[in-house]
Amino acid sequence: MQRRVLPGFGLTLGFALMYLGLIILLPLAATFVKTAGLSWEQFWSTVTSPRVVASYKLTFGTSFYAALFNVPMGVILAWVLVRYQFPGRRFMDALVDLPFALPTAVAGIALTSIYAKTGWFGQWLEPMGIKVAYTQVGVWVALTFIGLPFVVRTVQPILEELEPELEEAAATLGATRLQTIRRVVIPALLPAIITGFALAFARAVGEYGSVVFISGNMPMKTEITPLLIITKLEQYDYAGATALAVVMLLVSFALLLVIQLVQRYLFRSRA
Amino acid sequence: MSIEVRNVWKHFGDFTALAGVSLKVETGKLTALLGPSGSGKTTLLRIIAGLEFADASDDPDWGRVLFHGEDVSNIPAGKRGVGFVFQHYALFKHMTVFENIAFGLTVRPGSARPSKKAIADRVKELLELVQLEKFGGRLPHQLSGGQRQRVALARALAVQPKVLLLDEPFGALDAQVRKDLRRWLRGLHEKLHVTTVFVTHDQEEALELADEVVVMNQAKIEQIGDPQVVYDRPASPFVIEFLGNVNRLVAGLGKLNISNKDVLYVRPHDVEIRRDHAPEHSLRARVLHVFSAGNYGRVTLQRLTTGEPLEAEVPRDQLRSLNLQQGDEVFVVFRHVRLFPKGQFYETDVKDETATEADISGGI
Repeated sequence: MQRRVLPGFGLTLGFALMYLGLIILLPLAATFVKTAGLSWEQFWSTVTSPRVVASYKLTFGTSFYAALFNVPMGVILAWVLVRYQFPGRRFMDALVDLPFALPTAVAGIALTSIYAKTGWFGQWLEPMGIKVAYTQVGVWVALTFIGLPFVVRTVQPILEELEPELEEAAATLGATRLQTIRRVVIPALLPAIITGFALAFARAVGEYGSVVFISGNMPMKTEITPLLIITKLEQYDYAGATALAVVMLLVSFALLLVIQLVQRYLFRSRA
Repeated sequence: MSIEVRNVWKHFGDFTALAGVSLKVETGKLTALLGPSGSGKTTLLRIIAGLEFADASDDPDWGRVLFHGEDVSNIPAGKRGVGFVFQHYALFKHMTVFENIAFGLTVRPGSARPSKKAIADRVKELLELVQLEKFGGRLPHQLSGGQRQRVALARALAVQPKVLLLDEPFGALDAQVRKDLRRWLRGLHEKLHVTTVFVTHDQEEALELADEVVVMNQAKIEQIGDPQVVYDRPASPFVIEFLGNVNRLVAGLGKLNISNKDVLYVRPHDVEIRRDHAPEHSLRARVLHVFSAGNYGRVTLQRLTTGEPLEAEVPRDQLRSLNLQQGDEVFVVFRHVRLFPKGQFYETDVKDETATEADISGGI
């Protein structure tokens, strides 16, 4: 073992492992243990019932599109916050964190009241044939709302540290502004963008509070998986609830792992 | 392609970066902008490149940049035909060395863009020029500092600039790499003859590398001239102090009507130490420290009358015969001094002018 200038590797590593074990692994293990109370047939029929499968599609699908939508929006917001000085910039900067801080139920109620038939947006959108509240679109709106800070906050520091010389170099070499953004700026931001996307996606998959108000919770249509888990818990079907939890856990973990691998492959160049 | 800068002013808020600077650089010359940090040299370079713009003025002759007599003041950087090399390389990290060098060619609009093969050939040619033939597939972080700077240079040269501008090109490198790269750049310039302007705060670098040195201080140009001229005939106390070691003494000399406030400058290699006989025009000094390495020994002295420190460079054999010990009192003779009385300045070659010799002795 190499000698280190700063002692304490063993101590801190031990502490980190114990903390992760207590806070994350133990509760997760409990879900698996609880699920093990079901026979394989029971488990399979629980996690593949049509209503549940519909909820997976909605949850993962809308989470994906919400996170995807937040990528360009978040990058533009970060760009404006980093690159320009204007009155109200700090206020705008603080506003970005609001979806983090707001109790999600409050967000859900606020969104619902805006997009309901009589709400500020709803009264204009409804006559145009666009229904948001109590539809899958509503779910997407809520997930977009809560996911935004993740992209902004991961891209912002990278953009701040991006040397202006890179863009100047591109300019002296004759690149247009658009070429500079496409070929120099975006590639430099891409790792942060993917991280932000993954965080927003992961957050959206687990979201409950804001969605249940705006979705209307119609079976097969606007039920998200976390809602089904709660429903099962309310019916004292603990094993059934944890079975769904296990599926979500595995899918989320697999997706995050894939994102991680993609990122590592794409950016193997940057040690 | 010659460069001309006319009456350029530049303010950043309350800070004056350039105060009416004018400059001409002839075609094919290698010119150094030399000065301490904050002297405005980088700002001037960036204005020539079009990365910064001079303060606007109604007078058509103010704040102009001309390339070959043509006004380019309002032309953006990408259309000026300049190659710019940054102190910290500014390589595109996600692109290979090849892609970095090709960048300027690949961003050209369809009709002006060379074919893939032509681009590859050109990049190969440049890789050879900067002696990195085998590194085309590497990424910037796999290269050393000196290699990165050469890639940056190749990238700038790829678009065949008419003017090459380098901002502290060796500033971030080790002393040895710096020296090698400096010599290499000089050779490259001899080969390509592209009009080149580089910024540096290192006087040795400027003197060794440049055909012409522009010494800048506090937003203004202090002196323009070839290295020999700025070193041997500095136009101001700033220039003499900035270029190399120099002793600064309060003159206090009689007959020339020089008051005590006037300042006398003498380079360490123009200071001669004598032990035994005391010529008329010598100073008395005490030896504080003797350091000898290489061909020259450095002797730190203290002038007896005023206590001012004085440094001398003495050839080694002479040092040996002098056999100086700490605390010895010796006589000091100046071969060549420069005086800067009250704003104006004149120089004296001590040995040639008997009047001055007498004056100096009178002051002791």
